[in-house]
Amino acid sequence: MFADYSMAELGAIFAMQGFAGLILFSVFVLMALGLAIIFGQMGVINMAHGEFMILGAYVTYLMSNLFADFMPALFSMYFFVAMILAFIASGLLGLFVEWAMIRHLYKRPLDTLLATWGLSLILQQTYRSVFGAREVGVSIPDWMMGSLPLTDLIEVPINGIFVMVLAVGISLAVYIMMFRSRWGKQVRAINQNRVMAGAVGINTEWTDRLTFGIGCGVAGVAGSAFTMIGSTGPTAGQLYIVDTFLVVVFGGAGSLLGTIASAFSISQAQSIMEFFLSGSMAKVLTLLVVVGILMIRPQGLFSLKLRK
Amino acid sequence: MSDEISDNKTNGVSRRAVLAGGTALTASLFMPKGLRAADFPTAEVNTTGLAVTDDTVTIGILHSITGTMAISETGSVQAEKLAISQINAQGGILGRKIEYIQEDGASDWPTFAEKARKLLLNDKVASVMGCWTSASRKAVLPVFEQHNGFLYYPTFYEGLEESPNVIYTGQEATQQIIAGLDWVNQSKGAKTFYLLGSDYIWPRTSNKIARKHIENFMDGCKVVGEEYYPLGHTQFNSVINKIRLRKPDVIYAIVVGGSNVAFYKQLKAAGIDMTQEKPLLLTISVTEDEIRGIGGENIDGAYACMKYFQSLENENNLAFVAAFKEMWGDDMVIGDVTQAAYLGPWLWKAAVEKAGSFDVDKVREASPGVELTTAPEGYVKVHENHHLWSKTRVGRAQADGQYEVVFETADLVEPDPFPEGYQ
Repeated sequence: MFADYSMAELGAIFAMQGFAGLILFSVFVLMALGLAIIFGQMGVINMAHGEFMILGAYVTYLMSNLFADFMPALFSMYFFVAMILAFIASGLLGLFVEWAMIRHLYKRPLDTLLATWGLSLILQQTYRSVFGAREVGVSIPDWMMGSLPLTDLIEVPINGIFVMVLAVGISLAVYIMMFRSRWGKQVRAINQNRVMAGAVGINTEWTDRLTFGIGCGVAGVAGSAFTMIGSTGPTAGQLYIVDTFLVVVFGGAGSLLGTIASAFSISQAQSIMEFFLSGSMAKVLTLLVVVGILMIRPQGLFSLKLRK
Repeated sequence: MSDEISDNKTNGVSRRAVLAGGTALTASLFMPKGLRAADFPTAEVNTTGLAVTDDTVTIGILHSITGTMAISETGSVQAEKLAISQINAQGGILGRKIEYIQEDGASDWPTFAEKARKLLLNDKVASVMGCWTSASRKAVLPVFEQHNGFLYYPTFYEGLEESPNVIYTGQEATQQIIAGLDWVNQSKGAKTFYLLGSDYIWPRTSNKIARKHIENFMDGCKVVGEEYYPLGHTQFNSVINKIRLRKPDVIYAIVVGGSNVAFYKQLKAAGIDMTQEKPLLLTISVTEDEIRGIGGENIDGAYACMKYFQSLENENNLAFVAAFKEMWGDDMVIGDVTQAAYLGPWLWKAAVEKAGSFDVDKVREASPGVELTTAPEGYVKVHENHHLWSKTRVGRAQADGQYEVVFETADLVEPDPFPEGYQ
């Protein structure tokens, strides 16, 4: 397979393949962070995670049209506005859902699974009724498309770099909120002992609601970013949900570091195997290895004590 | 619950559309004279208890309007309704207006089978326009064969099927594939091919035919890679690097659904500019409908091989596009399958009139040899094997989301659902 190529060409291909793996890693981190907050810190299995992402994507679509129609001069910058609004929209929907549905189901984890699955169907049909069954095309500013030539042979996709920077940024923000802010301290306290946390004056209800909202908001930002690399349609959220749960569960629920480590190992394994084997085979092998490891270590790679 | 809509109750807007479309087409249509219901007593044209009265005939429309496949099937439903209203505006079939009962397959194959049974047994429909994916067609096939229904199936598909109860108005695989490969070889000098597809029956069968043709019938050409990705796969950077490594002249892509959008966006982002044609991209799975989701600027310069493009410049097609937009809105685009779905009601009308009866057995007998001079794609004719003779065309995608037709076979291509030497 490699006989006809010079070392330089091979080096370039492998370098680009390395970047492909890193981009996949960033995509996984973005997908999984929101869910890691909700599932890890609150124990809520949110099957509608993909639909919160797609809400962010639709917000981006609306903004791209709005800017193209009314502020064409600022079009190249609209993406940043769109991401902030995506966070707000998905976050607000998250707050509402927590208030209307999730808070009544905290003691019945299996019911949240069913309820959020129902929610995902409702949201899908809502998107279909509002935006139509067809996928919508989101126009991306020119500077974000195309590739950046690092050397003569190595080219790196700009949107990939954008996703990488965004993943690092959001991970840092979540880390600071979780471990350096008052809210984070409260979340962790509730996670360790809900009754005690309530007794020392922490508003557990409001903290729960905010946690769920922020998790959903992060999902919205991810969805907004994914308009660059994927499709935006009523059911597009379903494309991400399996990988998202895979990453979070494999990493160990409750551990943000675990989520990142698991995103890294799954993405690298998959990207390398995709290069040497066929796409479907790579997926099969990845899933087999993950299932195997979870059988030996059901708590995932990293684990913290969960709320009992 | 069924969703029964009588076409006589169409609202003002679509009635106007109907009339406009009707008059536009009437000029070019062969209008059978004197086809009044009185000349065709119901007892004679319907001996098998179908839903035919003295002034109406009921047919079924069976597509997914909810679920994942709604994206693709919406266009087919719209085209079929347009055809039905135009036929009614001309006086219907054997003097009878067409009414339709629409059922939702909901992107779920057992549901398709159940709804098909309901349409045939409860509603006694005279024919059904429906299905999109091969899986849904395979699910309803036993129902249609057992209860002797008659289905018009619009999608280009993998072939390897020939049911007495189905008319296939899309192309089967060899019709669609071979002409495109020969064209790219002869006019672009392409020698090496990288085959890529979503992992299910249609891309796999199509690539198998493509590989046989490249290796056995095209001198000095070879396949340098063949690869499949699960449906819904969204990360294509690895395969793009592999393509770089193999340096094929042609990327032959049969990616479908949401993956499609991801594939073309990432191809562009990776710096592979398709307008340079190094490598050239040839697809059989991207119609104008799909480009709406992908974005014209992301697929600019790619080639697609199928039988119909919205940009075809002939009188039939201009009238069809105008009527379609009038009925469903100016922002509509029309893809290959939508046009094929539009042919269904017209082909059925022609077969019924030729048979002088709505009975399924008589319509089936009359169907081979039925021809349509008014099809938007041009002249088509039904083959003995229930597929259509049709031309194959190659289009070049443009940034505005339309195709520019760059090649068209000189003659109609014979359908060959069981191609020898390709299996």
